[in-house]
Amino acid sequence: MNMIEAIRSGLDVLMDKDPNVVILGEDVGYFGGVFRCTDGLQRKFGEHRVIDAPIAEGGIIGTAIGMGLNGLRPVAEIQFADYIYPGFDQVVSELARIRYRSGGDFFSPVTIRTPCGGGIRGGQTHSQSPEAIFTHISGIKVVIPSNPYDAKGLLISSIESDDPVVFFEPKRIYNGPFDGDPDNPAVPWTSHPKGDVPKGYYSIPLGSAEIVEEGSELTIITYGTLVHVAQAAAKLVGVDAEIVDVRTLSPLDTTTLEESVKKTGRCLIAHEATRFSGFGAELVTTVQEACFYHLEAPIERVAGWDTPYPHAFEWQYFPGKKRIAAGIRKVMEVQ
Amino acid sequence: MARQSRLHIPHPSARPGDKPDFSYLNLSPAGSVEKPSIDVRTRDIENLSTDLVRVLDDEHHAQGEWDPNLDPEKLQIGLRWMLLNRIFDQRLWQIQRQGQISFYMESKGEEAVSIAQGMALRAGDMCFPSYRNTGLFLYRGTKLVDMMCQCLSNTRDMCKGRQLPILYHNKDANIFSISGNLGTQYPHAVGWAMASAIKGEDHIAASWLGDGATAEADFHYAITFAAVYQAPVILNIVNNQWAISTFQGFAGGERRPFAARGIGLGIPGIRVDGNDFLAVYSATLWAADRARRGGGPTIIEHVTYRGGAHSTSDDPTKYRPKDEWEAFPLGDPVERLKQHLITEGHWSEEQHQAVLDEYKEKITEAWKEARSFGTMTQGPFLDPSEMFDDVYADLPEHLEKQRREMLELES
Repeated sequence: MNMIEAIRSGLDVLMDKDPNVVILGEDVGYFGGVFRCTDGLQRKFGEHRVIDAPIAEGGIIGTAIGMGLNGLRPVAEIQFADYIYPGFDQVVSELARIRYRSGGDFFSPVTIRTPCGGGIRGGQTHSQSPEAIFTHISGIKVVIPSNPYDAKGLLISSIESDDPVVFFEPKRIYNGPFDGDPDNPAVPWTSHPKGDVPKGYYSIPLGSAEIVEEGSELTIITYGTLVHVAQAAAKLVGVDAEIVDVRTLSPLDTTTLEESVKKTGRCLIAHEATRFSGFGAELVTTVQEACFYHLEAPIERVAGWDTPYPHAFEWQYFPGKKRIAAGIRKVMEVQ
Repeated sequence: MARQSRLHIPHPSARPGDKPDFSYLNLSPAGSVEKPSIDVRTRDIENLSTDLVRVLDDEHHAQGEWDPNLDPEKLQIGLRWMLLNRIFDQRLWQIQRQGQISFYMESKGEEAVSIAQGMALRAGDMCFPSYRNTGLFLYRGTKLVDMMCQCLSNTRDMCKGRQLPILYHNKDANIFSISGNLGTQYPHAVGWAMASAIKGEDHIAASWLGDGATAEADFHYAITFAAVYQAPVILNIVNNQWAISTFQGFAGGERRPFAARGIGLGIPGIRVDGNDFLAVYSATLWAADRARRGGGPTIIEHVTYRGGAHSTSDDPTKYRPKDEWEAFPLGDPVERLKQHLITEGHWSEEQHQAVLDEYKEKITEAWKEARSFGTMTQGPFLDPSEMFDDVYADLPEHLEKQRREMLELES
């Protein structure tokens, strides 16, 4: 399966299993979503469970919260992560804090699915990676899968979680892994082991990172699209890197990060989002606190530049293979 | 009544394979709606938000009090601009299909809104457009080559390569920068209009969004502020029946027309035949005069039809009948103004063809010139280090550092 099919399968399996799971969002029903993630689900489960919504992200998230308060398990789709901001107050002030402010009496298990990231010529309003804005909020979980297998398993856990989850889907890798070079021919998920996705129910617990490649010289901590780019960059440099896919940004699996960096003694952190106050800053601190006496070099960060995502300079903006390779060399140079 | 509560799920009148059905549209005969004076009380003209202001009848004659009585020369100008808008869109759409630009959105079927309103407004009035107002940019004098260069993100791009194609702006022509997000410009227009009144100027503001975007909170913020402060602003809702795959019922159009959205706030609403150049012009002039004389905001709903796909990324055959536009009872705005002028003896098929040929030539020339400033694959290219400019007024130290880092990597 590709990532779109895996996400659809996850939704399908859970809707079969739990009649309280409902989907709402713009174009998700009859049309099946602009990226086709909900294609066929309205036909199968009906218009009361797969609901086309008005163009109002605040309305979608706000009513999803209400549905969740009344026993449903809503999965809200925001068409692009770039469009989530009109719903931001509902996420920050309401969704994230309902359990806390009601002393545990109320909760709303909303999952917000939203495509993020660049690399599709989307310009500044269809390319953003706003995950750090959400990891800064106490009370919500934040997930970013890097492959179809994880996408399905993590989505199922997200929907089943009684806590709200913002589930970012890196749209550049919907149809295949991407090594960061737009000139290379597209690779389908069928050629990747993580494209092998079981049809039925399975879940991957939230809060667990995965070592996607074992190595001894350097730990690269990353997530989403950049997992694949980092693998390509390590190969380019010829370094024996251990690549850790964070998968769940909040809550963060600090143990896996710590063990890896203690083993390798060197660490590079990579994400597509802008660098300043990006999630990388949290990762650097986490590693520094746990591994300071094991580090042989300063921790290096490779990230998107601190500008909006420019349409014409997509590939100069995107932290590609070359940029990550330069970061790797910098960490490895320190004796 | 049912025995228990039920969820109502709006359904469009036709899906692919069905016969198009516009029986849900309330249509008034041309010339049948009275035109009030601009100092009328809002409560006395609530019918304007549910009736349909139309001037051109089915025989292409102008009827009734809303006829703006424009000179034939002015109407010919309007027709020419609409034609330019139509064929500019056609050409750029083809160019996108050939892979020469990344994306495009056309205004097909909605040209009268931008052109008639552009002509009814004054040059000093500020426009806050949506992405289907290409005609406004054309009418206000944006050069074809400049618009093409924006679509190419090349060295002459007004946005310096930062925006998706068609998200133009034109500061000199008083047109604000188009956002990729929906409805965000509506409160800006109200604020601009408030500032105009604060400064004692008689410029007004106008903004446009689609039926779908009225669901966004920004729409409701805007109409509330406009009503509270009686801001001199025209708030246009271009009801083209479709928001990607969802028809206007999903924005609440089934119960009451969009023009009536302001009634609860005391804002007059005019529901106008958006494909009738004369009616759009006239309604706009009425609202503009009222705003300039302290009468406050007006909501104008333009009943029209999205003649094309939402964008080059969309395939409307998946969710609506292929022949729906042909069946739309308000026709094609370009064709209707053309037929009116021909009927009145002020235009001919030969003239029409000559203008088409002239514009096609002009567009071909402009495209050639635009390409000389760079394409997606051929230089000259923009300097990527410019990506760091304009994030702030002055380049901060950390961005200067990142710029150097990028240049080292690129070299």
